[in-house]
Amino acid sequence: MTAALDVKGLTTRFETRAGHVTAVNDVSFAVQPGRIMGLVGESGSGKSVTGFSILGLIDAPGEVSAGAVLIDGIDLRQLSDEDLRKMRGRKVAMVFQDPMMTLNPVLRVGDQMAMAVRVHRPMSKPDALDHARKALEVVGIPSPAERLKAYPHQLSGGMRQRVAIAMALLHSPSVIIADEATTALDVSIQGQILAEVRELADTTGAAIVWITHDLAVVSSLADDICVMYAGRIVERGTAEQVIGGPRHPYTQGLLDSIPALHEPGRKLPQIPGSTPQLSRLPEGCPFRPRCPRATDLCRTEPPLDVRDEQAVLCHHPLERA
Amino acid sequence: MTDPILKIDAVSKRFTRKPGLAERMVGRFTGGGKPITVHALTDVSLDVAKGEVLGIVGESGCGKSTLGRVIAGIHAPSSGSVALNGRPVADERHGTVHKLTTQVQMIHQDPFASLNPRMKVGETLAEGPRYHGIIPADQVRARIRALLEQVGLEGAYADRLPHQFSGGQRQRIAIARALAMQPEVLVLDEAVASLDVSIQAQVLNLFMDLRHDLGLTALFISHDLSVVRHVCDRVAIMYLGRLVELAPADQLYADPRHPYTQALFASIPTVGTGRGRFEAIKGEIPSPIAPPPGCPFHPRCPFAGPRCRAEAPRLTGAGPARTVACHLNDGGVNMQRGAA
Repeated sequence: MTAALDVKGLTTRFETRAGHVTAVNDVSFAVQPGRIMGLVGESGSGKSVTGFSILGLIDAPGEVSAGAVLIDGIDLRQLSDEDLRKMRGRKVAMVFQDPMMTLNPVLRVGDQMAMAVRVHRPMSKPDALDHARKALEVVGIPSPAERLKAYPHQLSGGMRQRVAIAMALLHSPSVIIADEATTALDVSIQGQILAEVRELADTTGAAIVWITHDLAVVSSLADDICVMYAGRIVERGTAEQVIGGPRHPYTQGLLDSIPALHEPGRKLPQIPGSTPQLSRLPEGCPFRPRCPRATDLCRTEPPLDVRDEQAVLCHHPLERA
Repeated sequence: MTDPILKIDAVSKRFTRKPGLAERMVGRFTGGGKPITVHALTDVSLDVAKGEVLGIVGESGCGKSTLGRVIAGIHAPSSGSVALNGRPVADERHGTVHKLTTQVQMIHQDPFASLNPRMKVGETLAEGPRYHGIIPADQVRARIRALLEQVGLEGAYADRLPHQFSGGQRQRIAIARALAMQPEVLVLDEAVASLDVSIQAQVLNLFMDLRHDLGLTALFISHDLSVVRHVCDRVAIMYLGRLVELAPADQLYADPRHPYTQALFASIPTVGTGRGRFEAIKGEIPSPIAPPPGCPFHPRCPFAGPRCRAEAPRLTGAGPARTVACHLNDGGVNMQRGAA
């Protein structure tokens, strides 16, 4: 089976006063149709920039400087701007944290959805509206025909995010990238949307990249997990492997610091220090200054250690029986 | 329980917005244009014992932040009273608000918004105690150093500006600023929500250390049930401005009684529960402008009956030290849950 999304050696740099900053550093992963890949990391780890880079949404002073992004075998980086524009929304779509970034506040929901339909597929407006209504139904919006006539401000936050997801679904894209799409929502609404996203992947066969800082969300939603730190993917594997048996000390540290896994009131194991600034990364492994397993060897570039389908970028990965 | 340090008695808070000129004119023809009232808090009663950490949990619009602000004396309650050591926290008629509110200090969610970017950290920490005469002027510098060290920062950081610090460090500064006032009660409003997991653990550890060292009494407002379980002794669950369940943390997590609490627990993703198990609550949170009659949760409640639609349940005892506001609170919920 060919991957719906195959990212190879993706590297994105930003020109800053402090020199080149590599926000995404040689990132590679693949997502099969119908699977959900959780891209987890803390703020500044490069997870959002990875999402933007896949869609070619990086503007100066940033640039995607290396790598390939294959969607159904087509390399987006080789396409002209015009061809890339035709891919966006049709083959690959993105859902952002704030649905008001996606929705135009002065247009009715139906009008802007119909517009999005007709950009890629010539059809009459009533047909496009009908198509939009079906998309709203898929994401569980009650009385979708009425919602089409509403303006975004008349909808609740959860409804707006559903509309944004419905817009991403309009052309049944092969790949959907969701960047912190439920972070701003209440837990009960988040639960509803996560259940629908899972069903979407299972029924439509879309490959979904779910970018989040929330390990709990990823652990219950995703099939595969990539953990990012300082622009690199430091660990990659199935959800069971990464959550159940992390091999990178950073992943282990992240999981350890989740309160739910400890007896109430006990001191939480914490990762010392804070996330490094990308302009001042230590040489070798970027996690070295905070890592309990670091040795002098870690001053050199860490190797990729692959076991089964679990890959880890570390000199001293944790051994699992 | 010994005498409560903080007594919240039947507090309601309504925010009313008067219609603008245009709305009034349109309203003449359409019958609208009436004042809009948000029922942020309805009849909330709570006691907090000295040295206790009480968690307040709920989704957006449930009134948890408003409750924190009423306790801190930022808002005066529309009705009911909040008393600290037997004295009202906010009493607008007598203009005594500012003296009393120094004893309740708040720590806010966003340390990027809560610290003045133009003031050095030391000035920020010294401002309150100096104004209220809590620390003698000649001891201010030494006290600031000690405070910074107490929250795990270096004393020399007093001369730096907030932009030189990371989010976790800023939240430590915000905690130091609250402690500088030597408060009786701390109100933490989503104080770790904007921090990364690894940093969140550091700040939670700091909070637990301070709590032990200083015997702090605190209200820990959060939407994150796992964080609340970790640091709180008792937990209050709120929904649409009302308190729906109040119980010691271990009992609440072992056996949630209110259907909303049960649904909330079920819809929260947890690490390691395996793939795709969300027993989501149906429907949306109703608007606090027009809360539903009867029990506020009845439109989404799987157990709701006719009585729930007509009559708001009162908080009643459900075992030692715990209360629930639900008409089914006579074992009925548990029976039905077993059947469902």
